[in-house]
Amino acid sequence: MKILTKWLRSYLPGLPVDDAQLAEDLTLRGIAVEGIYSLGEGNGSLYEMDITTNRVDAMNHYGVAREAAAIYSLPLPALAFPLPAVEPAKVPFPVKIEAEDACGRFTARVLRNITIGNSRDWFAGAEVATYFGLLEQKMISNAVDASNYAWLAMGQPTHAFDLDKIEGGIIVRRAKKGEKLKTLDGLDRVLDPEDLVVADHKKALGLAGVMGGWDTMITPETKNVLVEAAWFDPVAVRRTARRHGLHTDASHRFERGADFNAAPIASAIVCSILLANGGSIEGDLVDVRVPALEAKTAQRKPIPLALSEVRRILGKTVSEEGITAEIVENVLVALGCGLENDKAAGGDRWKVTLPSWRLDIEREIDLIEEVARVYGYNRFANTLPAFGEGVKALPWAESEDAIRRTMMTAGFHEAIGSTFCSASEAALTAPQPGLVVPLGNPLSEEAGVLRPSLVPGMLAMVAGNLNRDVSDVRLFELGTVFSGTTEKVEERPAMAFGAAGNLAQQTALHPARAIDFHDVKGAVEQVTGRFQARSVYFDRFPADAGLIPEWLHPYRAARVVVEGVTAGWFGQLHPREAAARKLREQVIVGELYLDRLYKLPSRRPAAREISRYQPVRRDFSLVLDKSIPWRLIDEALSGLRIPELVEWRVREVFNDPKLGEQEYSLLMGATFQAPDRTLRDEELQSFHTQVVKAIGKAGARLRS
Amino acid sequence: MTNQPIPDLTAFDEAALDKAFAQLEQEARQAASGLNDEAAVEAFRLEWLGRKQGRLNEVSGRWLKAAPVEAKKALGVRFNSLKAVVEALLDAALGSGPSDASLKAEALDITLPGTQRLVGAEHPITRTLNEIVSVFAALGYSVGVGPEVETDFYNFESMNFPPGHPARDTQDTLVVANQERRSQRDRLLLRTHTSPVQMRTMEQQPPPVRIVIPGKVHRNDAADATHSPIFHQVEGLCVDTNITFSDLKGTLDHAMKALFGSAVKTRFFPSFFPFTEPSADVQISCIYCGGKGCRKCKQSGWIELLGCGMVDPAVFAFAAEKQPAYDPKEISGFAFGMGVERIAMMKYGISEIGSFYSGDMRFLGQFV
Repeated sequence: MKILTKWLRSYLPGLPVDDAQLAEDLTLRGIAVEGIYSLGEGNGSLYEMDITTNRVDAMNHYGVAREAAAIYSLPLPALAFPLPAVEPAKVPFPVKIEAEDACGRFTARVLRNITIGNSRDWFAGAEVATYFGLLEQKMISNAVDASNYAWLAMGQPTHAFDLDKIEGGIIVRRAKKGEKLKTLDGLDRVLDPEDLVVADHKKALGLAGVMGGWDTMITPETKNVLVEAAWFDPVAVRRTARRHGLHTDASHRFERGADFNAAPIASAIVCSILLANGGSIEGDLVDVRVPALEAKTAQRKPIPLALSEVRRILGKTVSEEGITAEIVENVLVALGCGLENDKAAGGDRWKVTLPSWRLDIEREIDLIEEVARVYGYNRFANTLPAFGEGVKALPWAESEDAIRRTMMTAGFHEAIGSTFCSASEAALTAPQPGLVVPLGNPLSEEAGVLRPSLVPGMLAMVAGNLNRDVSDVRLFELGTVFSGTTEKVEERPAMAFGAAGNLAQQTALHPARAIDFHDVKGAVEQVTGRFQARSVYFDRFPADAGLIPEWLHPYRAARVVVEGVTAGWFGQLHPREAAARKLREQVIVGELYLDRLYKLPSRRPAAREISRYQPVRRDFSLVLDKSIPWRLIDEALSGLRIPELVEWRVREVFNDPKLGEQEYSLLMGATFQAPDRTLRDEELQSFHTQVVKAIGKAGARLRS
Repeated sequence: MTNQPIPDLTAFDEAALDKAFAQLEQEARQAASGLNDEAAVEAFRLEWLGRKQGRLNEVSGRWLKAAPVEAKKALGVRFNSLKAVVEALLDAALGSGPSDASLKAEALDITLPGTQRLVGAEHPITRTLNEIVSVFAALGYSVGVGPEVETDFYNFESMNFPPGHPARDTQDTLVVANQERRSQRDRLLLRTHTSPVQMRTMEQQPPPVRIVIPGKVHRNDAADATHSPIFHQVEGLCVDTNITFSDLKGTLDHAMKALFGSAVKTRFFPSFFPFTEPSADVQISCIYCGGKGCRKCKQSGWIELLGCGMVDPAVFAFAAEKQPAYDPKEISGFAFGMGVERIAMMKYGISEIGSFYSGDMRFLGQFV
């Protein structure tokens, strides 16, 4: 919205500050001036303003002047547009409000023998050409410009009808089913029975408070005019405008609450400007009001205000005396309130009468805000409240933090992906494919549903890197996944991770090393290792059982099982999915269901004594059938329950051409150590025998 | 190599012992004087200190065994001092260490870059969220969260956006499908702000409340350099007896100084939010130019950063339906909310909001 300081100063000739200071003072009181543009010598400045939607009353020159008057304690004269003497009418122009719930006031004035022509500066207080020129507002004709002038001056919409095209009189009513109206934008509209219209005795003339009609518009030939200035209900106007996809200056104002008392003055502005080009008034102003709506706007009951409440809410000011009764009275009176000391209530209490143009003020707290606003927010002190209770963290905060740190230590960057995915990606990745929640107004088809899994987003981010020639990718995301129906949506925490390319980059001294399944498995083990679980293991189902997620390579996928419950899946991206995404690189991807991990206690580190006695390492070279995985050997060794067998691990796995087709070779290192003694040869010999026997039972033999 | 044998000792009086040990010490010193390479040093060590055939071992074995009881102590004292001498001679010989030539052969190019272990980075949004949360934790605020899919009631109605209120237009909302037949307040949508968690918190806990609410929110906004349909907010709520507007000012002034440095100034000016009254926008003095005026602050010296205000009594009225202690005549409170992306963009000099959600390794790697 644009405001001319030249126009403002015409209302407040005594303004004691320059345009820059005025802009700052207004801004700090919530009447925000976003930009100041000098218009040259004698023309003042143009303010580009951004006024919040609750302050429609200030979206015009007189409204801003009222704020300035309050800030500088200046008197603001009422708007006065004297009209020439009235030529009596035989009968007053007939106006009837049928829709008494939606139209609170309708004023009509008849002008005869006017001349439609170009605008100019008509008289002091009606400098149409000057102001429109400075505002770069296009001038159209004296009739249109007069209405715009009233709008810019005081924010009250008006409308002028070609009187000779009105049949009978005015009726404000709801539209009839199927009724037609061509509006000023040239569109033929079919009206809804809920639409509020201004009609004559035969037909609808315009959408009330939104847009006038084509057939009764002012043309260069128009001689006689009916000037409307009215008050329409915000909700009725909003609904009508929305139904027709319209948003006009008039609807903007009425939707946010117009000034019930503004109609006669706005009408006088329009009429005095039109009459400056000739013509006469016929009859007195016709002014029809609905008392019930007047009681809700211009005649609202006074509301009580107590100084103690003002101080309880606002607190301390920079100056020691704080907010005083005098400050409250000065501010509210300047804004147009009437204050009556409520002696019966005792102390500094008032009954406050509210101005008709401030429908946003309804309660005591609204008055308190006005006091704070005009007094100046920055004149309040900076204090701190007393300390409350102890600080509580979220129950899973520690777990989430541990997981994040573990993944970062493993070399993964944290990422944040889209909350949405396409229905087909959801079908591919949802742990419960039937429970995917669609959006009613998605941003795009690719973002049509709430993500049931973090995997689609992770794949998109991994692919994004690879497509940008960033070949080494290690990402994880901690986020919410959604499942359920459009009636009830469940949210769960999850973590996805994705990797491709090299884990260690090539340096002068070391070769590069590609990240692989087991690198990622290591990270997953470290994550599950953050929790105290009775058991954690990895398995996969037979490829043909249909239980492996479709996005995973069926023979390079692992299920993460924690305390017997599935806690996630990971593995190599299925080559079919990789091809569909045009990925030539091997991508390792997975997801953990964190709600299942968060149920477990965090692992607490506990120290145990480090043995001072020599450990003994023994290597075992094994030959196994390819159907025997390491897990069986591992389980056989833990089944031995030899306390002195403190560690065993695979040192090497290789396919030896000297062995049978279905065999492979495995080198295992085992470490024996006792906490209290050096192990004797006989003991070691016995351990060795037990190990060989156990792995033999598991299906391996010692290589001779 | 066989060591020179130790002579037998026949007399164990002090004079005889002194003489015998002096002889050995002299021999040791002589042997040590000519040690010029590592092999010779090792040979000296074996000759004198070797565990099995070292000369000192012989001394302690043969002489001590042969000594009468009354002479054992005198012999032991002399033995220990000889041993100390031999060890000192060995240390001195070892001290000179390998030759410079042999060390030079092991020279490294220390100007080659170090081999760094790859570590991951915390997302700048997480980092900023945590920073904000810890500033308020130090002021006694607990952390609260709520669902990303909300009902119309929590997101709008209980935050004093009645159905049909124009302020709803400013928050274009993404909605869950098929809500048309449900009652307005039960309709599901993606929360447009973290404010609904205010109501969820108050419904569950009577005052006092001091809580910060970090979270992800969504709006049906077209994406551009500074707008994204996905973004993050941190909401704060403080309710107690005697919470004032000046407390709100002091709290946020402190928080901004903690986040952006103690030189930062704040100023408050009126704004409008349905759920607060009075409402304020908070500006901080421009962190780029210190308030002098620059391109980033459009020459104003100030940057708008967050919205806040005193909790509207209408919001307390909704809370009081479940927790009667939220009587606006007895208690008061303030709330504030800030956009995390904007703060992160300022702190780290990020110009495109989309960078946060791209998963680009090159972008994320900068935050290690």
